[in-house]
Amino acid sequence: MTERLTSRVRLDRRYLPVLGTFAVLALMLVVGGSRYENFLSARVISNLFINNSFLIVLAVGMTFVILTGGIDLSVGAVVALSGITTASLLQSGWPVAVVLVVSVLIGTVLGLAVGLMVHVFDIQPFIATLAAMFLARGLCYVISLQSIPITDESFVALAGWSQEFGDGWRVTTAVLIALVVVAIAFYVLHYTQFGRTVYAIGGGEQSAMLMGLPVARTKVLVYVVSGTCAGIGGLLFAMFSRSGYSLTGVGMELDAIAAVVIGGTLLTGGTGFVLGSVLGVLVLGLIQTIITFEGTLSSWWTKIVIGVLLLVFVILQRVLVVRRR
Amino acid sequence: MSTTAPAWQRAVQHRLFWPIVALVVLLAVNTVNRPSFLSIRIQDGHLFGSLVNLLKNGAPLLLVALGMTLVIATRGIDLSVGAVVAISGAVALSFIASSPSPDSLTTVLVAAGIALALSFVLGVWNGFLVSVLGIQPIIATLVLMTAGRGVAMLITGGQITTVNSAPFKAIGSGFWLGIPVAVVLAGLVFAAVALLTRRTALGMLIESVGINPEASRLAGVKARSIIWTVYAVCALFAGLAGLMISSSTMAADANNAGLFIELDAILAVVIGGTSLAGGKFSLSGTLVGVLIIQTLTLTVTMLGISPSVTPLFKAIVVIAVCLAQSPKVRDLIAARRRRAAPTAAAAAEVSA
Repeated sequence: MTERLTSRVRLDRRYLPVLGTFAVLALMLVVGGSRYENFLSARVISNLFINNSFLIVLAVGMTFVILTGGIDLSVGAVVALSGITTASLLQSGWPVAVVLVVSVLIGTVLGLAVGLMVHVFDIQPFIATLAAMFLARGLCYVISLQSIPITDESFVALAGWSQEFGDGWRVTTAVLIALVVVAIAFYVLHYTQFGRTVYAIGGGEQSAMLMGLPVARTKVLVYVVSGTCAGIGGLLFAMFSRSGYSLTGVGMELDAIAAVVIGGTLLTGGTGFVLGSVLGVLVLGLIQTIITFEGTLSSWWTKIVIGVLLLVFVILQRVLVVRRR
Repeated sequence: MSTTAPAWQRAVQHRLFWPIVALVVLLAVNTVNRPSFLSIRIQDGHLFGSLVNLLKNGAPLLLVALGMTLVIATRGIDLSVGAVVAISGAVALSFIASSPSPDSLTTVLVAAGIALALSFVLGVWNGFLVSVLGIQPIIATLVLMTAGRGVAMLITGGQITTVNSAPFKAIGSGFWLGIPVAVVLAGLVFAAVALLTRRTALGMLIESVGINPEASRLAGVKARSIIWTVYAVCALFAGLAGLMISSSTMAADANNAGLFIELDAILAVVIGGTSLAGGKFSLSGTLVGVLIIQTLTLTVTMLGISPSVTPLFKAIVVIAVCLAQSPKVRDLIAARRRRAAPTAAAAAEVSA
């Protein structure tokens, strides 16, 4: 069994970081399950997805950007902007269908602006997305300084819908949307020319360009994808919290980046998987769950543990890269 | 043509032209809005006025941005400075709060010493990850950025630690020969960094590492030690900034002290014309960048706009300055000038 596993691993090193993440996740589940009663229940696992659906969507978008060797610091602020727009438009009586589209499109438009800044004006992704982050955050405060509750009946009904099946398993609208986003991203990244170009750019922009791949278009599009995901993430967060507030999502971009890194995507670009990022989000979410179950641990341990985990994975990746050379 | 270009044209082409224009515009807006803005008066032997406050409030950001400039010059980035600010403040205030004599100078000196030493160690840690393990700077420092605030909360026990200590308060709100102590400290650090990097070969070595670490190593530059040093120095400056910030509020707030200061610092460095690609840096540019950010914040407040909207204006300034400095726009302007030049010459001939 182990022999087969190692030979497989040797066959494809690319999967090694993701397998590492999977091992950590499994280990956390086993340790949690042995320490606490009801830890390995369907309810806890379902809640893991429900509470982190927006982060899954963000991490998926971030994966595209990081695969090209870029970074997107604006997603947390875009979540807040999209969320507060949703709440504000619903408050002034816009129909739900229009609001859903508008709040996602806000992310798309901002992503497009970032992509153009990066591509046309050659501004580093770090700075371009930093500017977008300030822009989105500032616009939030222009819309409202206070938290806006969402009372629109059809939106609340949509957000509150959930389907139970089996023994305590439960999915909500947000989880369904997140899973659909993951499925689409998986398909796009592995079965389309766009996806192959994303990997090619991360592997070497010059070579991708010489191969005649549409590098420019793809570089702009990854930010559009990330922005759109952030818009959807904001919508999901608004569903989750039933409100829009300009201070939501502070530091959420770091959670998304951490999830992507823990999920095995190299920040230099070119290597990584969407499903790895989903695993990364689940690891982060499980840390939170364990700390909640532990009860005595204070909340700051979450940050410290995430930091340590990040370190371990970064060093692991580094070792893998060095070995490969 | 270029040798005989008029002075104004050479000034426009200078790297710092647009940032300085932005700063002057901001100062002008403030002066129009409140004519007393530029006036500085002496009260009880201390300097008072909006400009003095501007400098005083900008001192911590200047310190952080100076360290960041050096790090960015080596093609790195340090995201952990905000967390270091929080840790430094937390350590110093916790030590003073637990000491029997919070008002004694020795206590404060020891507290500051411990905080600075710890900051330095954190910087050494960052430098180790980057220079020895070869981890990308953005990720290496992301580790401490994520964990750091947790550590700061651990130190303060999740509370906002407050103390009363006259000597400690002096770091952030005191005056020395009429000048705010914070400004004196930041000025001294600025002068020291400027002397060390521009009067010795250190600046050139840092830039050579930023251009190509491998090539500079082969050329005999100790690339690893230089990278290691800049991270340590950057964290040390952040620690000093942390002392200033916690001293001006006399409280260590692990969650909010120095929040987003890393982004403001990076912004200041970029506005000042230092490229994130490394290889060159401008200390005076960073100073201008810090002044722009501080003036902008003040302007927004003085115009009666909610301070929360400041990020929007920051975004506009960043985008404007980055676009103005982007090679694409420069090429466009240069192309237009080339096209305009022959007609201008012809017009000059006709008029002659």
